[in-house]
Amino acid sequence: MSWLDSFLVRAALAGVGVALAAAPLGCFIVWRRMAYFGDATAHAAILGVALSLALSLPVQVGVLTVALVMAGALTLLERRALGVDATLGVLAYSALALGLVAVSLTGGPRIDLMAYLFGDILAVNRGDLALIWGGGALVLALIGWRWSALLTATLNDDLARAAGINPAREQAVLTLASALVVAVSIKVVGVLLIVSLLIIPPAIARPFATTPERMALLAAPVGAVCALGGLWMSWHLDTPTGPSIVTVAAALFALSSLRGLFGAGR
Amino acid sequence: MTAVRPTAPAGAAAQGETLVDIDGLTIRLGREVVLRDVTLALRRGEIVTIVGPNGSGKTTLLRAILGAIRPSAGTISRFPGLRIGYVPQKLHVDRTLPLTVRRFLSLPVRVSDADAARALTRAGAAELSGRQMSGLSGGQFQRVMLARALLVDPDLLILDEATQGLDQPGSAAFYQRIEEVRREIGCAVVMVSHELHVVMAASDRVICLNGHVCCEGAPEHVASAPEYRALFGTGTQGALALYRHEHDHAHDHKGHGHGHDGHVHGHGDHGHDHDGHDHGSAT
Repeated sequence: MSWLDSFLVRAALAGVGVALAAAPLGCFIVWRRMAYFGDATAHAAILGVALSLALSLPVQVGVLTVALVMAGALTLLERRALGVDATLGVLAYSALALGLVAVSLTGGPRIDLMAYLFGDILAVNRGDLALIWGGGALVLALIGWRWSALLTATLNDDLARAAGINPAREQAVLTLASALVVAVSIKVVGVLLIVSLLIIPPAIARPFATTPERMALLAAPVGAVCALGGLWMSWHLDTPTGPSIVTVAAALFALSSLRGLFGAGR
Repeated sequence: MTAVRPTAPAGAAAQGETLVDIDGLTIRLGREVVLRDVTLALRRGEIVTIVGPNGSGKTTLLRAILGAIRPSAGTISRFPGLRIGYVPQKLHVDRTLPLTVRRFLSLPVRVSDADAARALTRAGAAELSGRQMSGLSGGQFQRVMLARALLVDPDLLILDEATQGLDQPGSAAFYQRIEEVRREIGCAVVMVSHELHVVMAASDRVICLNGHVCCEGAPEHVASAPEYRALFGTGTQGALALYRHEHDHAHDHKGHGHGHDGHVHGHGDHGHDHDGHDHGSAT
């Protein structure tokens, strides 16, 4: 496995792995207008980083735990008096701030905060790779298994119930998948940019798709292209890798939007 | 108050076996009693319309029939193996979701092309198969929803304000379509609508609901019942008559004699407490 010795190869594999896992889930986040929900879950992840540092656990374990707790809290609070967006805002930024404070308290000055906020894909090791591909496969299996039910619940709660599908359970599936994706991708793009990898590739794919399946199947390779393009850009221009990946994605989105506006792809 | 009779037996041939039997149904949502002591039966082959003001429990009743809400008291018994086709109130398909009509019909259970084509044809939507759901007009959308409900080969078709957002000719055409579907597959139809005159003209039986069953019977009976007039005023009856007239010209109902026994419950009939209702000047 000498080819894994190259940090560039590991970075490429990590980026592609995260992109493939994020794409189908990202489609649901776009269709259900859950982007802010994903953001809140991701922002809370920094609290998980602090937790992991304090307890000397792998970062992903703390992140997964906190992301799940956060997503659960959001689901519970969603129907309370404060509007959904305000509730999400309060929780997301509280968690982010608390996480930043906690990281500095537990980790001391030797912790590179930037690595968690924006990712450090070039530092991905073999263990991380195993987690990314293992977690990614789990997410894909989960989404694939629930695909029809998820799609029906996305269309309409009543329609789902009439077909014997519990919309709350499908929501929980997406919550779990989101937490998993956040946990495995924190090293690749960091908590502030994770949601962009979920949302931009599906948004790029949208004008070219006529069915939900095609959109998801197209978003996956698009995400992989963004990851590899960003890595290439980072290598040649000496720019931070996470933001470079998102920059490439944004550029592709701009091109795709032109097609959506002027093309016949509807 | 017109003729007060006990619930009519299913004497006429057009009205078949009882598909859903609701007895003393009470539903509380939170602290509020939404439905109180509702008793009614749905029989194969009949078109029943539920009318009532906002918040009168129409949608709740439909959802209880669907099985989405459990009764707080009373029972709902369904014919064994009853297949229900449901056309929901309003469905928004987000533009971000690419979805052809054909793909939509296969959610969540994949259906064969032949079944999909048959349902679309019955619903008058055969030409829409390849279209995007988010690009359909209101009328086209509802025909697709009807096709989807027909896929299960329903014994009972439930429509909840299915024509919301359609203009009047659009609604009338849709309800005509429902009548054709009923004739073709012999299902029972229960629907809720705000468009009283349009929907009542297409019904065999009308149930006027306001937390409880105010009155029920043939459209003409209900339209002239004091309880109904108290809720909706007298104006709608004229529109009903007008509509029926036009409707009969535009559309020849062969064998339209459904032989329904209209009946109107009096105030004392069910022992309901009507004191709390404002029955206005019509009483």
